[in-house]
Amino acid sequence: MLDIQTRQDDEPTAFEQEADFSGIDKVRLIEALARVLPVGALMYDPEDLRPYECDGLAAYRRMPLAVALPYDEAQVVAVLRTCHELGVPVVARGAGTGLSGGALPHECGVLLSLARFNRIVHLDPHSRTAVVQPGVRNLAISEAAAPHGLYYAPDPSSQIACTIGGNVAENAGGVHCLKYGLTVHNLLRVRAVTIEGEIVEIGSHALDAPGYDLLALMTGSEGMLAVVTEVTVRLTPRPRLAQCVLAAFDDVIKAGEAVAEIIAAGIIPAGLEMMDQPATAAVEEFVHAGYPLDAKAILLCESDGTPEEVAEEIGRMCAVLENAGATEVRVSGSEAERMKFWAGRKAAFPAAGRISPDYYCMDGTIPRKRLGEMLEAIQAMEGKYGLRCINVFHAGDGNLHPLILFDAGREGEFERAEHFGAEILELSVALGGTITGEHGVGIEKINQMCSQFATAEIRQFFRVKAAFDPAGLLNPGKAIPTLNRCAEYGRMPVRAGHVPYPDIPRF
Amino acid sequence: MSENIDKIVSEWAGRIRAAASEGVALRPRGGGSKDFYGRAPTGEVFDTTPCRGIVSYEPSELVVTVRAGTPLAELEAELAARGQMLAFEPPHFGPGATVGGAVAAGLSGPRRLAAGALRDFVLGVKLLDGRGQVLRFGGQVMKNVAGYDVSRLMAGSLGTLGVLLEVSLKVLPRPVEEATLRFQLSEAEAIARLNDWGGQPLPISASAWADGVLTLRLSGAAAAVRSARETLGGEGVGEADAQTFWHAVREQTLPWFGVDVAGGALWRLSLPTSAAPLKLAGEQFIEWGGGQRWLRSGVPAAQIRERVAQLGGHASLFRGGARDGAVFHPLPAPLMTIQRRLKAAFDPSGIFSPGRLHQEF
Ligand SMILES: Cc1cc2nc3c(=O)[nH]c(=O)nc-3n(C[C@H](O)[C@H](O)[C@H](O)COP(=O)(O)OP(=O)(O)OC[C@H]3O[C@@H](n4cnc5c(N)ncnc54)[C@H](O)[C@@H]3O)c2cc1C
Repeated sequence: MLDIQTRQDDEPTAFEQEADFSGIDKVRLIEALARVLPVGALMYDPEDLRPYECDGLAAYRRMPLAVALPYDEAQVVAVLRTCHELGVPVVARGAGTGLSGGALPHECGVLLSLARFNRIVHLDPHSRTAVVQPGVRNLAISEAAAPHGLYYAPDPSSQIACTIGGNVAENAGGVHCLKYGLTVHNLLRVRAVTIEGEIVEIGSHALDAPGYDLLALMTGSEGMLAVVTEVTVRLTPRPRLAQCVLAAFDDVIKAGEAVAEIIAAGIIPAGLEMMDQPATAAVEEFVHAGYPLDAKAILLCESDGTPEEVAEEIGRMCAVLENAGATEVRVSGSEAERMKFWAGRKAAFPAAGRISPDYYCMDGTIPRKRLGEMLEAIQAMEGKYGLRCINVFHAGDGNLHPLILFDAGREGEFERAEHFGAEILELSVALGGTITGEHGVGIEKINQMCSQFATAEIRQFFRVKAAFDPAGLLNPGKAIPTLNRCAEYGRMPVRAGHVPYPDIPRF
Repeated sequence: MSENIDKIVSEWAGRIRAAASEGVALRPRGGGSKDFYGRAPTGEVFDTTPCRGIVSYEPSELVVTVRAGTPLAELEAELAARGQMLAFEPPHFGPGATVGGAVAAGLSGPRRLAAGALRDFVLGVKLLDGRGQVLRFGGQVMKNVAGYDVSRLMAGSLGTLGVLLEVSLKVLPRPVEEATLRFQLSEAEAIARLNDWGGQPLPISASAWADGVLTLRLSGAAAAVRSARETLGGEGVGEADAQTFWHAVREQTLPWFGVDVAGGALWRLSLPTSAAPLKLAGEQFIEWGGGQRWLRSGVPAAQIRERVAQLGGHASLFRGGARDGAVFHPLPAPLMTIQRRLKAAFDPSGIFSPGRLHQEF
């Protein structure tokens, strides 16, 4: 009871304003870290720190005091203990592909890279599980599982680069998550180190674990609760066949309604994506996917399973789409054609970068039935802000990625793009949705958290963090806004020219 | 209706604040169908049933938002009328089971291995915490990473974190076709077979093994069920018998669950699906492809826990036995610390169902 009372007394300051770490003694920190880390696991020369100054949200850059690159868990424990003792912030980093600044360093802290934790510890085809270190790339798990006819289902389009540790921290999704679930649905266990240097096993190799569901809390916690050092994932049998339907519509609202009708017909497609006409036009020029250019919107609807099952489901999908007023329905006749249908969708981000000097990618989710409303509102906003917006959606789960096109070189466009984006996010909340479906809050959307949550919930988030990290040292200043911050409101756009990993298809 | 609900909620908030200041323990309770579960309940009963009714349900959104006191049967009937279901098949364990109680108990039924657990379907919650504040987390959409996932934390919390007011759950279409098959197999053969099948794209939606017989349910597109039947063989079970059987598995009304073990108890063992046979004295009923094993046994708790932990799992005392000791598997110290702090974060005065989950809080 006693410690509860004390913590309550401490609460107001932690909630209201960000902690001040400016008094940290860099020399002392480096000396302390050098005592616990071998040569090659600690860097503090500005030149060596440069590659870590940002993640996929390159508009934000900060230099940490030091970068730790431990080789094993004991060194992670030592780094965390040291930082805890000295009151130094720690930011964990996987591959740095995050799009919301989650791995942005703290200028008074240590950047803890898990890049050397890149081993698949154990893969058991019989129980369909893999135990992997957090720095293992998402795709590497599926590659290792492939000989057994298995794969790791969540497939973010950054999967050739992003790590499973980063996926856990962001609860990453992919185009197949409507049917196969997000990261949270495909994890069994994580092993993690708290800021106090305690090793915790969260979840288990069984299907559940005793006590509160800390695995759910850890998933999507953006490196703010503990540092993950090992992950057990569930593997899924690879379906025998996948086929994709491309449907064209002469009206965006009709396309939105077709999405609802597919679901209402009792079909859970393996993927269900939508692009509006400007998006189609932008990618067609770039990848020649053969999309109908006169369509106001196109849907890509995928079925997977046994050949018999796919044939049956594709038949039902086509019937629904035709009834919903599709002007054209094309079924992929080969794997090559299916890949071609997807190639366009996957090229949406780079295509935006080609037709506009800059673009700003949003990530709101709304109830599916509000898609049409959102699209009309975005159209009106284009007029209001004098900017174009091309729309690609994970339509099946209502996750929107509107790409606002602008030219930062032109007077006032940057501010207009910001306001445009803010209005979309606020409308997402007003329509019963959320400001982020899969990219996380990080530093990017921290202000919009204030629109989505009331003070009582924000306070509660701080208390949840304090249960894992009472000193508030893991990734401070991210994901959960202080109450003071909620008074301010500002944000920066992604600069197309500066987006790292330009070759990775973007969703 | 909603004015009435607002009134109830503000009365409840007052009662919670008063209890917190006076140190009175409260025990949120729906239909009481899971009173048997967890450590012995303590505290004044806090009846959640007045706050009931479906708030919103749009089948094409695959989401239903429902007040926590709504009878589970009422919700399931509503979903069935639209060809949908709670895919995790929560056990009712009694006619009065409520949605809030199901979420707080966190139990899932036969479809769990294929479809996911109850917690996988929780999208949002509205609750009253131990300060008497209304808090909302998550929402009504499938993908949402704004803030920590507090909604799923409520699953299995057994009323120790607050009073659930509303939950939003993901729902799924009912399968087009189902079929049930039976195989004569030993325990070891059944476990091996289930794990082999699990690695293939087969539409297996439930499994149950006891007394040398494995029963398997297939669900999905008609073509998928048909071709899986051909691949798997086995002996078909008629539709009506199959439905009765799976309902009885879900509700533990099969004769297997009715047998009293003198001096023993019913244990729920959660294990890696491929874990070897237990080699513990007693009878077993195996579900979830090997992942959930019910053990009727008089073997001492410590021995059961040790064996199960060796195999990578955990054991809960489910029915019978002493409910004043450790009912759930004891937690290692660092995890216990985090759990205790979490409990205090939601319920600083420790008034909600103290001791129901763990002796320590
Ligand atoms: C081209 C492109 C396409 C993308 N497509 C998708 C997509 O389809 N779906 C999607 O969901 N996302 C997508 N993303 C976003 C990004 O790839 C994901 O968020 C990914 O999960 C981040 O992984 P990472 O290893 O790069 O993590 P980082 O960016 O390094 O870190 C992300 C967060 O995780 C934390 N973290 C990392 N490792 C650990 C650890 N071991 N322990 C604790 N915390 C840790 C960090 O502190 C940070 O908060 C895309 C990004 C790009 C650049």
